[in-house]
Amino acid sequence: MAQLHEPHIACHVEDLTVSYRERPVLWDIDLDIPPGVMAAIVGPNGAGKSTLIKAVLGLVTPVAGHVRVFGLPVAKLRRKIAYVPQRQSVDWDFPATVGNVVLMGLYGQLGWLRRPRRKHRARAMAALEQVGMQDYASRPISQLSGGQQQRTFIARALVQEADLLFLDEPMAGVDAVTEAAIVTLLKAQRDAGRTVVVVHHDLQTVSRYFDWLVMLNQRIIAQGPVTEVYTEENLRAAYGGQLALIGSLAASDAQSEAPAAAGSETRSADA
Amino acid sequence: MLNPTLITVIMAATVIGALAGALGTFLVLRGQSLLGEVISHAALPGVVGGFLASGGRDMSAILGGALISGALAGLVVQVLRRGAGVKADAALGTVLSLFFAAGVVLLSIAQLQPGAAGLTVFLFGQAASVLRADLLPMVLVALGVVSVLTLFWKEFQLITFDREAAEVQGLPVVALETLLTVLIAITIVLGLALAGVVLMVAMLIAPAVAARQWVRSLGAMVALAGLFGVISGASGALLSAMGDGVATGPVMVLMAMAVTSLSLLLAPERGVLARWRRQMGARRALRGRQVLAALDGLSRDHRDPEYTSDEAMLDAYLGTNAGPVLSRLQKGGFIRAAAPVAPEIQGRRWELTGAGLERLHGRDSGDGAQGGDRGDDA
Repeated sequence: MAQLHEPHIACHVEDLTVSYRERPVLWDIDLDIPPGVMAAIVGPNGAGKSTLIKAVLGLVTPVAGHVRVFGLPVAKLRRKIAYVPQRQSVDWDFPATVGNVVLMGLYGQLGWLRRPRRKHRARAMAALEQVGMQDYASRPISQLSGGQQQRTFIARALVQEADLLFLDEPMAGVDAVTEAAIVTLLKAQRDAGRTVVVVHHDLQTVSRYFDWLVMLNQRIIAQGPVTEVYTEENLRAAYGGQLALIGSLAASDAQSEAPAAAGSETRSADA
Repeated sequence: MLNPTLITVIMAATVIGALAGALGTFLVLRGQSLLGEVISHAALPGVVGGFLASGGRDMSAILGGALISGALAGLVVQVLRRGAGVKADAALGTVLSLFFAAGVVLLSIAQLQPGAAGLTVFLFGQAASVLRADLLPMVLVALGVVSVLTLFWKEFQLITFDREAAEVQGLPVVALETLLTVLIAITIVLGLALAGVVLMVAMLIAPAVAARQWVRSLGAMVALAGLFGVISGASGALLSAMGDGVATGPVMVLMAMAVTSLSLLLAPERGVLARWRRQMGARRALRGRQVLAALDGLSRDHRDPEYTSDEAMLDAYLGTNAGPVLSRLQKGGFIRAAAPVAPEIQGRRWELTGAGLERLHGRDSGDGAQGGDRGDDA
């Protein structure tokens, strides 16, 4: 195992540059996410947040740089990595039930010519229970609401029992109850020793939900524990012109923290 | 009545119909109907080229030529899109016309050769041109396609639903996509003698669109599309073979379109009629709630739980005749007619019943609300 490069880092990115046609999207990214954290990737629109995840996963071919996951190239460690794409990335009118879609999370592990068996269906069912969708297993996916679509996708990732989870905007367009449920779920994954990386768009909730933060605007602006990185100076560097807004955001975040946290507790008690 | 020719025709149409329906499901779900159209039209120069190269009506040379020119067309589309940055639909349209035009020119030249008269059947298809000797190879190829489809079933399902998820799970997505496209191309080429280059793709698309209306899973969709393909293929081939000189492709396509129209109209959840009925139901329920709320509001305004509202006032509130809504609510036991205050017959007065109050303020069961909020935009 002399080949391992940075084996103690869950996700190690070095000198990564990605461009679409002639336009560079990500510049010289150096990124280290330690194992066992729940990390947010934040940045303004067009900062390359989704592209960063896709480049790490090998969905986008970088111009330069390399990625190591637990010390190995991603291609050698597919089973340890799960990915939840933006839910708009697929056609939900596809003829499949919720149970079918969750089972699809196991297709790569199953290998060629193998059909899913009873034990795989049981795992899919367990994953659905984790996201509170067990009653929807036989429902066609075309009948799901946005939040249910998102939870189905998360179940499809959970069923893989991966060590490293990437989620692209899982909280986009879902209601407050679903958002709270997703956060609770992801925190439980982290507490079980897994590493969770989330593209996140809501600055107000960053310090409540996450313990690790990556600020991105085509380059890495800052990365590290949320408490150290979530500063006005870094926000200004990442978001530039929208400075006034950020000032008020930082203030409102500090104020709203206590009541909002209480609110989320009542919600989870409800559920 | 069933002479050997007719039996051959029906058998060929059955095989082609089943195969076209099954593979067409993937074509439609991947949003590649136009690509299928290109492959089919672009097969024409290959058909004629195969004829010219082999110097006669040699089935394998003709179908091989069709596959090659179809694949070439697909490649040119890729080059135009990736290399030259032409938009997908424009690239598809251009390549389709280019290859079809080349095919027609080649066809005119080939007509000068002896024995080339039969080539024109490839334009619109002619069931009678399928020979008994063609049947066995046709069945073998179809079985081959179906076995590959079965072997890679779950992989094809995943790349069709979520290409990126397949890639992240480590599947060789490009290879699988190519394989699936090749299977579709083989299906198209196999049906050319029967349905013709112009209309063959309809035999892939129409059964799949029809089947989507009735099913909840990919397996069911493939099976049902295959069945629809068999029904429209066999009946179309039979009708055209009985009518003298009617091209088979158009008749088969008309049959397939009939199945599709009926499915679009009548399917229980997704059909146009079902949607229309759901909308009407929702509108009625809304009207009913409006009236209940109005009755409730009026009695509150008058601080009198026993207050009865005049029907004319409800008409004015609803902006239309409230009569039908009122009688529906009365039948449901949500409101009751009150004894008239004055002895006029026209001016009926209404009040809420206990059930009506509960309907207005009580919450619907969670399940019903779930189905409802999604039903609107589905």
